[in-house]
Amino acid sequence: MPVVGKSVPRKDAWDKVQGKARYVDDYSFSDILYATTVRSELAYARLNGIDTARALSMPGVKAVLTHVDVQGKNAVPLVFEDEPFLAQDYLRFHGEPVALVIAESYEEALAAAALVKVDAEPLKPVLSIREAIAENAPKIYKDDNCFSRYNIKKGDAETAMKKARHIFEREYETPYQEHAYLETNGVIAVPGLEDSMAVYGTMQCPFYVHDAVAQAIGIDRNKVRIVQTTTGGGFGGKEDFPSVVAGQAAIAAKLTGRPVKLVYKREEDIIASSKRHPGLIKMKIGTDERGKIVAAIIDYYIDGGAYSTLTPIVLWRGTVHALGPYECQDILIKSYGVATNKVPCGAYRGFGSPQVIFAGESIIDEIADELKIDPLEIRRLNGYKVGSSTATSQIIDQSCGLMETIDRAAAKADWKSKWQAPSSKKGSTRTGLGISTVYYGVGLGAGGKHLDRVATSMTIMKDGSVHCAIGNVEMGQGARTVLAQIAADALGASYEMVNVVETDTALVPDSGPTVASRTTFMSGNSLMIAAAELRPRLLHVAKDMLGETRDEDVELIDGWAFSKRNANGQRIHFKELAQKLYAYRLMPSAFGWYIAPDSSYDKDTGQGNAYFVYSYCTNIAEVEVDMETGEFQVKRITCAHDMGKAINPQQVEGQIEGGTLQGMGYATMEEIRHDANGKMLNNAFATYILPTTEDTPVIDPIIVEHAYDRGPYGAKGFGEVPLMGIAPAIANAVYNATGKRIRILPIKPEKILGLE
Amino acid sequence: MKISLKVNGKKYTREVETNKNLLHFIREDLGLTGTKEGCGAGECGACTIIMNGKTVNSCLILAVEANGCEIETIEGEAKNGKLSKLQKAFHENHAVQCGFCTPGMILSARALLEKNAKPTVEQIKEAIEGNFCRCTGYQQIIEAVQDASGQLKKKEGLKRA
Ligand code: FES
Ligand code: FES
Repeated sequence: MPVVGKSVPRKDAWDKVQGKARYVDDYSFSDILYATTVRSELAYARLNGIDTARALSMPGVKAVLTHVDVQGKNAVPLVFEDEPFLAQDYLRFHGEPVALVIAESYEEALAAAALVKVDAEPLKPVLSIREAIAENAPKIYKDDNCFSRYNIKKGDAETAMKKARHIFEREYETPYQEHAYLETNGVIAVPGLEDSMAVYGTMQCPFYVHDAVAQAIGIDRNKVRIVQTTTGGGFGGKEDFPSVVAGQAAIAAKLTGRPVKLVYKREEDIIASSKRHPGLIKMKIGTDERGKIVAAIIDYYIDGGAYSTLTPIVLWRGTVHALGPYECQDILIKSYGVATNKVPCGAYRGFGSPQVIFAGESIIDEIADELKIDPLEIRRLNGYKVGSSTATSQIIDQSCGLMETIDRAAAKADWKSKWQAPSSKKGSTRTGLGISTVYYGVGLGAGGKHLDRVATSMTIMKDGSVHCAIGNVEMGQGARTVLAQIAADALGASYEMVNVVETDTALVPDSGPTVASRTTFMSGNSLMIAAAELRPRLLHVAKDMLGETRDEDVELIDGWAFSKRNANGQRIHFKELAQKLYAYRLMPSAFGWYIAPDSSYDKDTGQGNAYFVYSYCTNIAEVEVDMETGEFQVKRITCAHDMGKAINPQQVEGQIEGGTLQGMGYATMEEIRHDANGKMLNNAFATYILPTTEDTPVIDPIIVEHAYDRGPYGAKGFGEVPLMGIAPAIANAVYNATGKRIRILPIKPEKILGLE
Repeated sequence: MKISLKVNGKKYTREVETNKNLLHFIREDLGLTGTKEGCGAGECGACTIIMNGKTVNSCLILAVEANGCEIETIEGEAKNGKLSKLQKAFHENHAVQCGFCTPGMILSARALLEKNAKPTVEQIKEAIEGNFCRCTGYQQIIEAVQDASGQLKKKEGLKRA
């Protein structure tokens, strides 16, 4: 039986339930050294000198590295290369790595690190978006404190706004979010023969790390090997940051000639690793008398922190998605990626979208409320259907399940009978319903087009087992399972016989990053290409074995070949086919190279086909609020998602449930706080609060499948989407219960009571 | 200091520094790396083990405090290469994503089922409240524990294999 569309068990779960999976800290090498990092205590300062003498004299210490020890180029290769592996000239955020102490044991490294003296002259830091964009702001990045800017100009928004019947103008703010993957960042760098370097580590993008290691120690890429170890969660937090850690460890390993382990403690991980960008969103929406959007002017700012890392591309995605899934002919969006003296922000599930979705889905609710329209109806009125034109004037030509997600979620959540206007609520305990609708461009889009290709190799082994090597990684999201399902059906093998190996850059060419909900679609398609090359060879040998004369008379499904013409029950197992394949000396391997469908983007107007396809969802949240204390409980969240095709429905549900709870954390409890000098205050799980089972509402996933004709079996990709619209759904539910509009996340009892 | 203890039914005697925590002792000195460190501060539950019948965060206990104790870790859960009911249920119900929380989660669930063979959803939630999972949203984990205790009604309307 074909396995696409079936909830087969995960490939990796067998080892994981036994504690056998090996995460980076579970590896050891003989002669290994341990590293720890000396960090900046200041948010902004001129670096005058680093005194390592006392640390070097401590027992067990092998080396103390600073920027002068970097053998290659002291710049992490991401977009702009403004971030050093180890601070040089300036300290730009509290927690920035200044030096690495390498010792025989972790404890010895730690003891010595306390003795490294950093001589720095404090400067006045810039600590928020508003400070950074103020007229007289001190300049910490170029002459405008801006890493990047984008514009989207569709039609003439200023004129259309003047003609609008109603105009709504609001401001929204969103906080940092920490990924809190349960396994912290970490790597082991192992020097090899002929000046080669291998790095083992927890990561999403082995080929980013590959670039970083080559650049940090100045060796050719063909001498670098990156092995992704079983990865304990990523969510974007292991996209850019492992490049920093791996580069540093490689510098240390090259210098000492011994393996170096650099695995973070939780406090370090939170203080140093990238976060979701805080956002400031200014929305101005004009509508006609029925609530149809006729003009939109949006200013979107994100706080990039001290270095640009991925800010330019995070900002691009947020800019494109800023209005949400709503038709409008006249749009002006301006966006700014701002520099501050805080931890650099990077990728986090949603990538610049959850901020604008909070704003957009809140304001549409405000519009519905003022115009006395059902919040669901205003979305039906304005939302995308096949044929709609997006903010970048792209025509949605297929695979648009937005309306069905609204209908299905509404039916399941019983919206019709349960939803009442806030004015009708009474009593000290009130319930409310809130909705959000979301669309999301799958893959890297026009902004990252040059990286949007993927490679796969597929080999049929002599015993009929199938070996697939892919450049995208498993990090818990289920890639190895879903891809094995696609490979099995495409080839005609059984699921059990297909193995998708963990990623090792020595085995596969650069497939681009494991981000942007692209893996199922991109790697899935490349496997289909490889399978399409191998399958005819299998049919060819099967034909002879079955005594047929034409290949097309043979069928191969789920590991068995049989004749289509002759239903005599004769069938041949994959294993025998494989043996014959080798006996015929037909090539048992194939390579799948897949390039994403085209996308485009005009630099000045932002117009074009921003992404090749979009995924959609509707969330409906139900809350209960105690009007005296402001305490609230999220009771239920119904989430209907159109991902094209659910290759593994139970995994899809797992992504929906997990993403939804992360979104609920973002909505109601998670935030990073800094003091007036820019010191991070809550870099621990005791103070950075995460949802536990006791906070968890009932999450009700609904699968909607509007197939995409270029997707593997119709699949689009959607791993990020479940998080993205949860915050506004809850904020809208809180408003519906209480009449109190929360425009600054997270939603807290004090804010509901109007005390904050 | 010299300590003796039983881990998964096997007796170990080891010399250990007095300031080493039990988590590091189990992982480094005994080489049982199934028990994980997520925070080192008693917040996340990744390091959960069973000590004298009770679940504890092994990162909060000194190795020397475990002298004379009986300890169970994830490595002792499967017997003779056969997965336990809980492990099977986690495997079949997709209660595992990245897997980093899984060993601690399974031990917390196991301690619950030993006391209470048919726990309610509320009791399951309470038993694993100290175990963070950032991936799953807990629902499939709760379902796995229900399944292991013979109480899972498959959700209606969903396509399940
Ligand atoms: S590692 Fe022990 S509770 Fe987190
Ligand atoms: S499965 Fe990743 S933390 Fe639970």
